[in-house]
Amino acid sequence: MPYDPHPNHEGFLNSVGSPIQHRFNPHTDNGGTTLAIAGKDFCLVAGDTRQSEGYSINTRYAPKVHELSNGSVLATSGMYADSVNLVLNIETRLEWYKHKHNKTMSATASAQMLMTVLYQKRFFPYYVFNILGGVDEKGEGCVFSYDPVGCYRRETYQAHGSSAALIQPFLDNQCGAKHQNIKEELLTLDQAMKITKDAFASATERDIYTGDYLEIFVIKKSGVTKHKFDLKKD
Amino acid sequence: MALKFELPKSGFNFDNYNRNLILESKGLKSPKTIKTGTTIVGCVYKDGIVLGADTRATNGPIVADKNCEKIHYLAPNMYCCGAGTAADTEFTTNLISSKLELHRLATNRQSRVVTAMTMLKQMLFRYQGNIGAALVLGGYDVTGPHLYTIAPHGSTDKLPYVTMGSGSLAAMTIFENGWKKDMSREEAIEIVKDAIESGIFNDLGSGSNVDVVVITKDKTEVLRNYKRPNERVKKEQSYKYPRGTTAVLKTSIRNFVDVTEGVATPMDLS
Amino acid sequence: MSIMSYNGGAIVAMKGKNCVAIASDRRFGVQALTLTHDFQKVFEINDKIYIGLGGLATDVQTLSETFRYRVNMYNLKEEREIQPKTFAHLVSSTLYEKRFGPYYCEPVIAGLEKDGSPFICSTDLIGCTTFPNDFVVTGTAEQQLYGMCESLWEPNLEPEDLFEIISQALLNAVDRDAVSGWGAIVHVITEDKVITRTLRGRMD
Repeated sequence: MPYDPHPNHEGFLNSVGSPIQHRFNPHTDNGGTTLAIAGKDFCLVAGDTRQSEGYSINTRYAPKVHELSNGSVLATSGMYADSVNLVLNIETRLEWYKHKHNKTMSATASAQMLMTVLYQKRFFPYYVFNILGGVDEKGEGCVFSYDPVGCYRRETYQAHGSSAALIQPFLDNQCGAKHQNIKEELLTLDQAMKITKDAFASATERDIYTGDYLEIFVIKKSGVTKHKFDLKKD
Repeated sequence: MALKFELPKSGFNFDNYNRNLILESKGLKSPKTIKTGTTIVGCVYKDGIVLGADTRATNGPIVADKNCEKIHYLAPNMYCCGAGTAADTEFTTNLISSKLELHRLATNRQSRVVTAMTMLKQMLFRYQGNIGAALVLGGYDVTGPHLYTIAPHGSTDKLPYVTMGSGSLAAMTIFENGWKKDMSREEAIEIVKDAIESGIFNDLGSGSNVDVVVITKDKTEVLRNYKRPNERVKKEQSYKYPRGTTAVLKTSIRNFVDVTEGVATPMDLS
Repeated sequence: MSIMSYNGGAIVAMKGKNCVAIASDRRFGVQALTLTHDFQKVFEINDKIYIGLGGLATDVQTLSETFRYRVNMYNLKEEREIQPKTFAHLVSSTLYEKRFGPYYCEPVIAGLEKDGSPFICSTDLIGCTTFPNDFVVTGTAEQQLYGMCESLWEPNLEPEDLFEIISQALLNAVDRDAVSGWGAIVHVITEDKVITRTLRGRMD
């Protein structure tokens, strides 16, 4: 992960003799995994719906993939409370933009805006790892991946959250054709759906923070469609 | 003649202890061992004891084993569920099991549950909690059915229904709600299954399948994977690659040969 | 920084149809500095058992010698080859003996049993064994390997298909781990031969 808001310096202190400090930690990780794949004329954004803390499940259905009013989709993982507020913040700005310019914000513009919004809280960040999916001006699928303080780049596929380490190499292989003796091509929607479902089923097997339900959003020029699937609940 | 090399003496070896302390003092963190996050339960019923356990072993947030065995054999009339550090529960129950076997051979009597309980608690107390084993011990002996919990520091409880591990609260809700005195075998298995499933679904440290052991006066039944409520669904597609996909630098093949004994052909000396 | 990730590395073993495969990366480094890319982490115990040792490199080498000594003693005393299950218990008790001062090393074992059926096993650093019927992984790229194997593996793979699956799983996993990679080596053990292949991987 490119950014850690609470680096651990424990190792450099003496295990005995150092004073015990009690401090309120304003950030918490609610687990969960998100993923996005860009295609030729579509973008697929997915996330599980489990929200947890420690060894407890808070709820089995807390969607972390949000459809925005400008037709793009924002997948958030990390701290749930921050992600709710971030989406609220973004939605407000999209609304103001519409009134000011008499048009909805493009996916690429909202990607840049999200960066500004995140960096504004550089020293008390939204503890959220974002992926923004949409369709760009040319009608091609686009995926933007962020760290919590706004460092972002355009990708063709990206996984974030508690199972990012499990899913990302799989996407490298299946979407990026890495280590296979074949040319890298953009996936069809059918292929992307299959790979996404298998990736989440696999992550659910091994990651205790991922599970319950899988929500997949498919964004096309014509609009957004939402699909919901079961994942294992243990 | 004495053997030049001798196999090590039994017991723990502390050779690496100081080296590891120095490594840790240099700021390198010690790694985690596999824990059985675990829900384990036991319950007394009319004719004996039912023990139950889930089958997930975790290593931090990752599932290390999806179908491990947490109900360990102690004696023909005794089983023991283990929670905590997986290696400790495995080796502690193994050690006590072999001591009980020797004890039976020496005394010619069936092992008693108190004997096993006392041996376990004395061992755990001696190690002051450093052996991280939390156990549920159940069995049926000449004095009837017995059910104990043994905490890592060596304290014990004797109760009609018990739960342990990270899913203990989830499982206990089921017992507090539905346990009755003198239940039938079917009722007892059902409530134990429900308690374990409660742990499996509500506690992230527990998961996969339900193992059950039923111990009565003259019979012990091991119902491995009594319920499998978490089968993986079929994959959307196969990920087999065409052969030759991976780039290979060098291949070496070593064929095994069979050495057979027989009459050798004499060497031609002409 | 954990002791287990001081040198880096990734090892994986998989079951196939009447065969097993074990693969590892070949990097030896000290934290971010790579020193060699021909480091041995998978060791031959006998014709049909291989062990992969992941973790602190000094302990990898110490343990490989310890196991060699103990297996030799077993062979001399018993006058027969050690079986995979027996060897797994030997590994487990060797590690648990050092419960309170462990070797920083998590082994995986792959082998064929007497009847030709595949055997795999992994233990944690104090000897807690697991015997799954699909695959085992260890090392700093453990999470990446779990993700890959869980998606790619399927039952009853022929030796050649098993080779492709385990190679792709390893190569793609180590590319998402900064301290693993720099080439890979794969052993596929079948009833009548061992096929060893070195793979081309990214050298960065």
